[in-house]
Amino acid sequence: MFRTNLVRAAILASAASICVSSANADPVDQELVIDGTLKIVTKTAAPEGHPFDEVLSGWLFRTEETRAMEADSFDNPGMLRVEEGEALWSTVEGTAGKSCASCHGDAAESMKDVGAAYPKWDEASKKPINIELQINKCRTEQMGAEAYEFDKGGQKPLTAYIKNQSLGTPVAIDLKTGEMQKWWEMGKETYYTRTGQLNLSCSNCHEDQMGKNIRADHLSQGQVNGFPTYRLKQADLVSLHNRFRGCIRDTRAEFPKAFSDELMALEVYVTWRGTGLSVETPAVRQ
Amino acid sequence: MNFGLKLAAIAAIVSSTSFANAETVAPDDVKLTDGVIAASLTGEEGDPEEGALIFASKKLGNCLACHANTAMKDQLFHGDVGPPLDGVGSRWEAEEIRAIIVDSKAVFGDQTVMPGFYSLKVGLNPRKDLVGKTILSAEQVEDVVAYLATLKE
Ligand code: HEC
Ligand code: HEC
Repeated sequence: MFRTNLVRAAILASAASICVSSANADPVDQELVIDGTLKIVTKTAAPEGHPFDEVLSGWLFRTEETRAMEADSFDNPGMLRVEEGEALWSTVEGTAGKSCASCHGDAAESMKDVGAAYPKWDEASKKPINIELQINKCRTEQMGAEAYEFDKGGQKPLTAYIKNQSLGTPVAIDLKTGEMQKWWEMGKETYYTRTGQLNLSCSNCHEDQMGKNIRADHLSQGQVNGFPTYRLKQADLVSLHNRFRGCIRDTRAEFPKAFSDELMALEVYVTWRGTGLSVETPAVRQ
Repeated sequence: MNFGLKLAAIAAIVSSTSFANAETVAPDDVKLTDGVIAASLTGEEGDPEEGALIFASKKLGNCLACHANTAMKDQLFHGDVGPPLDGVGSRWEAEEIRAIIVDSKAVFGDQTVMPGFYSLKVGLNPRKDLVGKTILSAEQVEDVVAYLATLKE
């Protein structure tokens, strides 16, 4: 009554070859040069132990218009938010009467390439720390100001401003200090764990189906080098932990708190997966 | 028929994945053997028109997210994560299609990214309001089975 498995296999194989030739199934073969001068690494050899041969920036998967927007800093709407961050850098807050600039001076010098090395090991808390948490640490311990709540106050613009001082610098995090390697392992575990009613893991979409279209979305490798990114859909900067939570929510799962151990471990692991890609903050995505 | 209105009406009833019909087989009692579920989950035949709406709806089947379907050319975006479903009704028997939709992993293996639409074998930490619930109801699965049977070569 039923057809043989062989026939089915042949059908699946031929169907697969149709997919490959579909309209925008592949990332584009194009260079990103911001303002005609700053070369951005959007494609590079993967670090050892990586599931891919090449790591690819999400920029290569976006439409022509979106790519053009990121290539021109006047057209990049995220740059307005970076300018807000610049103003916050020298705004005095808190009981100590200090701003970021009081201690760090000119961010173009003191923060150059700093963002490309985060998350890094924080000996005091015995955990990895990202830019957002480092800002909060400075605010509470040095400035006598309150920590920013997740995604509130100046958190997104100030983080974007600091990361923007590394624009073009290849992402390179240090896994040798403290227990970074252990957190990398924890993050990897999460990356490959299926969640939610839809029963999908990060790897199911960003590794197994990379380059495919899931309804209107062109699946990239899910790289983090452009965060906070400017998302056209939200018309605002979107933080990395917000993006993580969104992807987990889309599997119809409960999602962890921002800066929870689980998401910090995921940040360590996924940042490593993008080793060698330039920092693109603020990247433009749809 | 007004497509939008109908979609809204379906959306309104989906959240109650109850097993009201006495004939309806509960997810854990479904008999899936050799890639086949022989009998209708509800004891009744599905409605292909409803099935088409469920297939396209983002809130329900959202099958178009992963499968292209030339019969739905009017819908803007079709995914290509899974094979196109053109002519699927000629390639597979309804009993096989039912099994694929109910529990794709039992047919294609654990590695597949296709969700099981009438299965309680879900991932970690499902959303609290969805615990113990399937993506589609038995009736909705039968509607989609009936719709796919109309997609002939
Ligand atoms: C159901 C599919 C799906 C799953 C599962 C999923 N994502 Fe995504 N993700 C997307 C889509 C669609 C986008 C937007 C298009 C793109 O950039 O790939 C996206 C975007 C991203 C981005 C932004 C990339 C950029 O260039 O701006 C990151 C980072 C990301 N995902 C990480 C993750 C992580 C980590 C997980 C697991 C916790 C995950 N995703 C799970 C579908 C998914
Ligand atoms: C997240 C992606 C995804 C979704 C959503 C999805 N599928 Fe699939 N489907 C697949 C993949 C991938 C395959 C191929 C089997 C494999 O290799 O895992 C497949 C295979 C199939 C097949 C066999 C096709 C053939 O020609 O052999 C049928 C039938 C099918 N799906 C029906 C459906 C229906 C109906 C829905 C919605 C109720 C649906 N799928 C939703 C990913 C998906």
